[in-house]
Formats: sequence, structure tokens, C-alpha cells
Amino acid sequence: MYEGVVQDLIDELGRLPGVGPKSAQRIAFHLLQADPTDIRRLVEVLVEVTEKVRFCSLCGNVSAQELCRICSDARRDPSVLCVVEEPKDVVAIEKTREFRGRYHVLGGAISPIEGIGPDDLRVKELVTRLASDDVTEIILATDPNLEGEATATYLARLLKPMGLRVTRLASGLPVGGDLEYADELTLGRAFEGRRLLDV
Amino acid sequence: MHVTRLSLTDFRSYPAVEIELVPGATALVGPNGQGKTNLVEAVGYVAALSSHRVATDAPLIRLGCRRAVVRAGVSRAGRQILVELEIVSGAANRARVNRAPVPRTRDVLGLLRTVSFAPEDLTLVKGDPDGRRRFLDDLLVARAPRFAGVRSDYERVLKQRNTLLKSIKQGKGDIRTLDVWDDQLAAVGAELLAGRRYLVHLLAPYVTEAYREVAGGQGDALIEYRGSLGPEILADPRPGRDALRAHLLEAMARRRPVELERQVSLVGPHRDDLVLQLGPFPAKGFASHGESWSYALALRLGSYQLLRADIGPDGDGEPVLILDDVFAELDSGRRDRLAALVKDAEQVLVTAAVPEDVPEVLSGDRIRVGQGEALRVDR
Repeated sequence: MYEGVVQDLIDELGRLPGVGPKSAQRIAFHLLQADPTDIRRLVEVLVEVTEKVRFCSLCGNVSAQELCRICSDARRDPSVLCVVEEPKDVVAIEKTREFRGRYHVLGGAISPIEGIGPDDLRVKELVTRLASDDVTEIILATDPNLEGEATATYLARLLKPMGLRVTRLASGLPVGGDLEYADELTLGRAFEGRRLLDV
Repeated sequence: MHVTRLSLTDFRSYPAVEIELVPGATALVGPNGQGKTNLVEAVGYVAALSSHRVATDAPLIRLGCRRAVVRAGVSRAGRQILVELEIVSGAANRARVNRAPVPRTRDVLGLLRTVSFAPEDLTLVKGDPDGRRRFLDDLLVARAPRFAGVRSDYERVLKQRNTLLKSIKQGKGDIRTLDVWDDQLAAVGAELLAGRRYLVHLLAPYVTEAYREVAGGQGDALIEYRGSLGPEILADPRPGRDALRAHLLEAMARRRPVELERQVSLVGPHRDDLVLQLGPFPAKGFASHGESWSYALALRLGSYQLLRADIGPDGDGEPVLILDDVFAELDSGRRDRLAALVKDAEQVLVTAAVPEDVPEVLSGDRIRVGQGEALRVDR
């Protein structure tokens, strides 16, 4: 145990995701020895983030404004909506530069163990949005694990009766990798999702 | 296949130990509590990535240490494989094969195969169904490592669904989401069920044969998979996954009111059992102590023969046999017959407290275990 405020700092850092007690200690001592102006900058950013950043009222992504950059961009295709779990999934998909539609961030996946049901996710907002927007296709891009699949199935059942085209991202082999290194489950999925080659 | 070398660091009671192993029979002899079982447990851990003695990895790490390392040299189909496992407390374990890290520790499964006999095996016959389900699932993973993923997915789906059933009863859960967990349980459950059903079909004749040999030609042992789906659906030894999935969904729909009332999942492979018949009677409750032992040995010997016959993609499916303190439990007839049945296996590792507990036909190599050391005895 360290004295007073140093231990408080270590405890607070240790509550961050992915930071264990050893890392917390290392970061704390790094901060103690760092240039005071750097630290002031860090503090300012932290304060700014908590005060200014909010969530887009339409899609739920992090945003500096009422509407996020993507939702307020008129060039984006309003007919396709991609449903993801977290804001970081939006960033991942945006990096592909392939998707020109808009997003809807759920804020997680259905997981009874963690006490998360549809009412804890932004499902109601999604349904409201679909009633007013011109969306014709929904792409379900939740994680390819049990909870993500369950969430996708739930949404598909909810949205299909609304006469929408509901699709799910494909699972399969990583591009640029070797077939031999794929695990059996992924390889099995790739077989199920195989497609006809147009030549 | 056989293990050529085993080296342990901070595993159980050992700060550091290394033994060379040879094909044929090796007896590890030493007083109780000196670490014989720890050595064969490490061999089993390399094969299954879990220990039959404990549910978690924590007890495998020597007290006060952060990690344990198990290294095993395996000779298989003329190839030398070095498997290195690092068991870390409070973090993910790491594995290397031939000095190269593997992406997932699970990739090590299937490289080494073992079949272990232990005094606790008697509970396979006398105990509850969960022990027999574990027996089947372990064997399933040994034959086809991809089932390790199916098994852990199934456990997770079950936990999610049971939690949901409980929270619905408390008025917190959303009953509309029960359907999606039914779907998940049916999908993963059908895969596990199909795997187990076919495994039992393959294993049954070997167990019948092994029982006859161990029991000295008396009694007909017949194993049968009994599921919550009913015998007519499981009559087909290779049921289609889609059909099983539909049956599971149908059964869940039928039992939903009861499940909601009792707040547990009542349909699926977690409710199934491996029924052990001895002639017209179930072994549990009807078999004598000796017959129960014969049955337990027959299940292990049958597993050994099944794996041996299944060469697999890597060639050489013959597992290493581990006989941990079993001979002391058996009467002389069973002891001699078991010894005769395993003596020609490629590698047999026997542990015993006293040399007299090792049958003569298995007195090959001898290693004395005591005081944190394991030393070969020149004879």
C-alpha cells in the first residue's frame, strides 16, 4: 500500500478495463514523473470528454453534436442500416470504406448473465427509427459469438414482419491468412457460407 | 504414440522435475503424498488441457507461484512433437508446439491422447449421470478436438438460458428473448447430441468386449445413450443435426410452462445419461462391487481400443495408458486380467505406493518418486 492519494490514483486506474494492479502502479508512477503540462492536458481532455461528448440522438454513436457526423452526412445512403453492438464497431466498419449506409448502435448484446435484455439495448429506438425512415435493408453486424448471434436472431424475428430485408454479416475465413490455420468452427462456417464463383 | 520426456516447473508439489520416459511399461513408485499422481496428472493435462482431479487450473500451480510450466515430448507416427504449456494464475494459459506459439491453447488438444484409469472411476458406474456425461464428452474431445468448442458453447448457452428463466420468474427477464436462447440451445445442443450418440454407437462393442475380458468371460455389458428426447429419436446411430435441432425445439416448446415454473432448462444433452446395462439389469444398483469395477475398467479399456482404432488425421491414434493407483483397488483376478490386457500397449504409466502393487507383467522401467524428485531405478 502506498500513502494516501498515490494509492487512490492506483485504485482508480485499476478500475479501468484491461488494467491490472501491476499496470495501474506503473501508470501511476509514470504520471508522477511526467511533465506537469502533459498531465494538465490529460486532465483537461478527461474533463472535456465527460462534459462535451454525448451520444447521437439518432444512432447512439459517440458524438460531439446532437447528431453524429455520419447521421448528419446527407451523402450517406438512408436506405441501408447497419446494426452494431458498440461505437468501436462503427469505427471498425468505417475503416473498410465499403459501407455507405448508416448505423444503429445497440450498446451491447443480449446476455441474461449480465442482466442485459432488449429493453437495456437501444432496440426501441431502432424500431421507432424504422417506422419513420426510408430504410429497406437492415444489416445485422453483431459479434459472431453466442450473445451476438442471439441478439441478431432476436432482431431478425422482430424486424422481418415489418417487411424489411434483414441480412447478417457472413462468417468465414480471414483474408490473407492460411486455410490450415483456421479453427474448425470458422472453417465449418466458411463451408456453410460458400458461394458460387462467377466466371 | 508415447511420451518421451516430461518436465515440470512449479507444477503441483514440484519446483522442478524432469523425467525421461520409454515405450512399454513404466512404474512410478513411491509413498503416498510424494507426487506420483502429479506426474501422470501432468501427462493427462497435456492431452486434455484439464485435470480430472480438479475443476480449475489454480491448484495445479505450486503454492505461492504465478505460473506452472509443463513440457512434454511426444513421439507420434515417427514424428517428435514438443508441447509446452504455461498455466498462468488469473490470466490466459499459453501454449507452444515445437517452440512455435499456437494462436489458441486449444490447438494443442489432440496432439497427445491419453486414457486414464483412477480409483474414482468407480463413480462412473455407481455415481450420478454427470460423471458419465463428462466421460463421454472427454472422449468426444479426444477423438475430435473441435468438440471442445461445442462443449464450452453449450455450457455457456445453458448458463444464459437458466439465468433468463430465473429472472423471468422474478419478473425481471424478458420472455420474448427466451425464443432466441431456445434457438441457440437447440443449435449447439444438436451438435453435441449427434456427437455423443454416434460416439456411443462406436464405443459400445468395444465396452462389451472389454467387459467380457476383464470379468473373465462372464456377463453381457451393453452401454446405451439415453436422452431427454426419447429412444425413438435416438434410435438412429447417426442422427442428422437438423432433425435433432427440430426435436429439441419441439421438446422445449412442450416443456416451457414447467421450465418457467422450475427455472431450469429441462431439455437437452445436459439431462442425458449413458445407461450401463449388465445383462437385463442396470449396473447401477444391481452390480456387485467387483462387477462395478469390471464395468469401470471396461469403459476405460473400451475407450482405449476405440481411440487406438481411430487413426485420425495425424496418424497413430494409440493413446498413452495411465493407471493411477488402480491395482491396489482390485482383486487378484481382475488385477491380472487388466495387466494382461494392457501389457502390449505402446506405453503404460503405472503409479503405485509399493512395488508389490505393480503386476509382474508390467514391471518394465521403474522410477522412484519422493521428496520432490523422480529418479530412474536401475534394475
